[in-house]
Amino acid sequence: MAELMQFILSGLTVGAVYALVALGFTIIYNASDVVNFAQGEFVMLGGMITVFAHSAGMPLPLAAVIAIAVTASVGVALNKLAIEPARGAPVVSLIIITIGASIFIRGVTQLVFDKQLHRFPAFSGDAPIHILGATILPQSLWVMLGAVAVFVALWLFFTHTLTGKAILATSNNRLAAQLVGINTNWVMTLSFALSAAIGALAGVLVTPITLVSYDVGIALALKGFAAAMLGGMGNPKGALVGGILLGLFEALTAGYLSSQYKDAAAFIVILAVLFAMPQGLFGKKSTDRV
Amino acid sequence: MKISNKHKALLFLALLITITPFFFPSSYYFRVGSLIFVNGIAVTGIVILTGYAGQISLGHAGFAGIGAYACALAPVYLGLHPAFAVILGAGVSAILAYLVGRPILRLKGYYLGVASLGFGILVSMVLANEREITGGPDGIQVPDLGLRGLLKDWGLNLNNSEFWYVLSGTSLLIAAWLALNLYNSPTGRALRALHGSEIAARTVGVDVARLKLQAFIISAVYASLSGSLLALQNKFITPDVAGFMHSIEMVTMAVLGGVGSVVGAIFGATILTTLPQLLTVFAEYEMLLMGLVMMLVMIFMRDGLLPSILRLIRGRDK
Repeated sequence: MAELMQFILSGLTVGAVYALVALGFTIIYNASDVVNFAQGEFVMLGGMITVFAHSAGMPLPLAAVIAIAVTASVGVALNKLAIEPARGAPVVSLIIITIGASIFIRGVTQLVFDKQLHRFPAFSGDAPIHILGATILPQSLWVMLGAVAVFVALWLFFTHTLTGKAILATSNNRLAAQLVGINTNWVMTLSFALSAAIGALAGVLVTPITLVSYDVGIALALKGFAAAMLGGMGNPKGALVGGILLGLFEALTAGYLSSQYKDAAAFIVILAVLFAMPQGLFGKKSTDRV
Repeated sequence: MKISNKHKALLFLALLITITPFFFPSSYYFRVGSLIFVNGIAVTGIVILTGYAGQISLGHAGFAGIGAYACALAPVYLGLHPAFAVILGAGVSAILAYLVGRPILRLKGYYLGVASLGFGILVSMVLANEREITGGPDGIQVPDLGLRGLLKDWGLNLNNSEFWYVLSGTSLLIAAWLALNLYNSPTGRALRALHGSEIAARTVGVDVARLKLQAFIISAVYASLSGSLLALQNKFITPDVAGFMHSIEMVTMAVLGGVGSVVGAIFGATILTTLPQLLTVFAEYEMLLMGLVMMLVMIFMRDGLLPSILRLIRGRDK
């Protein structure tokens, strides 16, 4: 029992990170129909910039805020320089552009910073907390809290603010949104900034546990992408559930079957879900116009 | 006499492959050349899948991995000659493509992307984790093909890089010839029709599911052959051959060069195979520059390099 609890706790921690990455995917996908494979680099940037700002003598909270702000502006730059000029390009081209962007960001990061593994101290110490015979790091609670807080904030933003509703309108029908006076370019910019900031926040939260280096982004992007697909692309609820499910599957496979094949379990589950529900768990059925 | 576009393309490739070696200053260039051809074969498969049929795969390196490891393992465990191991690998890839393709090709766009991605990752994970059989992440030796010795007995004495240049160049020509034949065949037209609109193709009687599966299997066999040739040529292989980045490389080469045409995609393979060799001088900046090239080409030359360059030349003629 204690063992199962332990696996669930670690699954929830990892799942919360995947959920944050998947939420970032969802926001950009909704605004622009682009799956941004550079999403993992936002997480990496969040961690890396915090590490270097902190080691330059800044207090941790300030370093984190700076990291999130810088990453958000990287997101905006990505939109302005690479995504907007390629509007209307086929899916394959967009995949290549965003993967190109992720390789580019990685290349710049290893030049500006370095290729070492880094961490900074956990927010509230490293003494494990005991729950039902299992242990959890205080930082894991921060990660879960972060995921829940982001989800609630996004929900409030999308349902209770005019700006949030403008983003939803744009994702529903770009042309119609333009016709009722929504500045859709601004919506795109905002979405990229928001998504990059969420990614960076995930990076800040998780670095004390998993450490960070210039090349951690791609694996996170793949998992986040898979989580978003599992839940149904474009659905924030799906992103949250997909991320947490993926984290739990991985932790349980690693614990009970084989730690080498934990990534395999995740993808087998995703394949199984997509076979049964081609739109993911919460996805809407789409129809094509001929 | 009027020469068709197909024959022009083949002639052009054949001429390039035979003439350029006269300008090679060292055997290193033969080595790069044969790498280009090996990538060219995989990329030609992507043209059939993505360029003709309009389907996305982010996991085709999985098939390259199967082809490569067939050449490493079948001679040891089954006592097969490496040449037959190539065929075995292609056969296994075709069967797997059939089994995997049937369910996942119902998916579209990004969903197909993630499903094929999952397949590729599963293959590379099996290759990396089953240490007792595959040698694990450190890789495994691949036996010699033995064909070069045979040629020597016949009085044709080639050094190793020259031999591989000739063999992979010939293979690429055959692969390109088959793919070009497919283009205007009834199957090829049906594939392009379903690329344009799946529903419209279905209403005029195209068996969409079967055709997509065919394209998927053919491209899987191409990827498998490319993996086999790579393994035999290097005499050593690691699970990276099946990795996500190799899948992305294949797609990027094809799309960057121009996924609509075989020659365009091979051009893309040429550029992306030689670029890292040129960039070794700027090893520090390699990633940065590769990423930049990928983005710039896709933003400013949407149809790929070759079609855009051709348009530029033709535009000037007028």
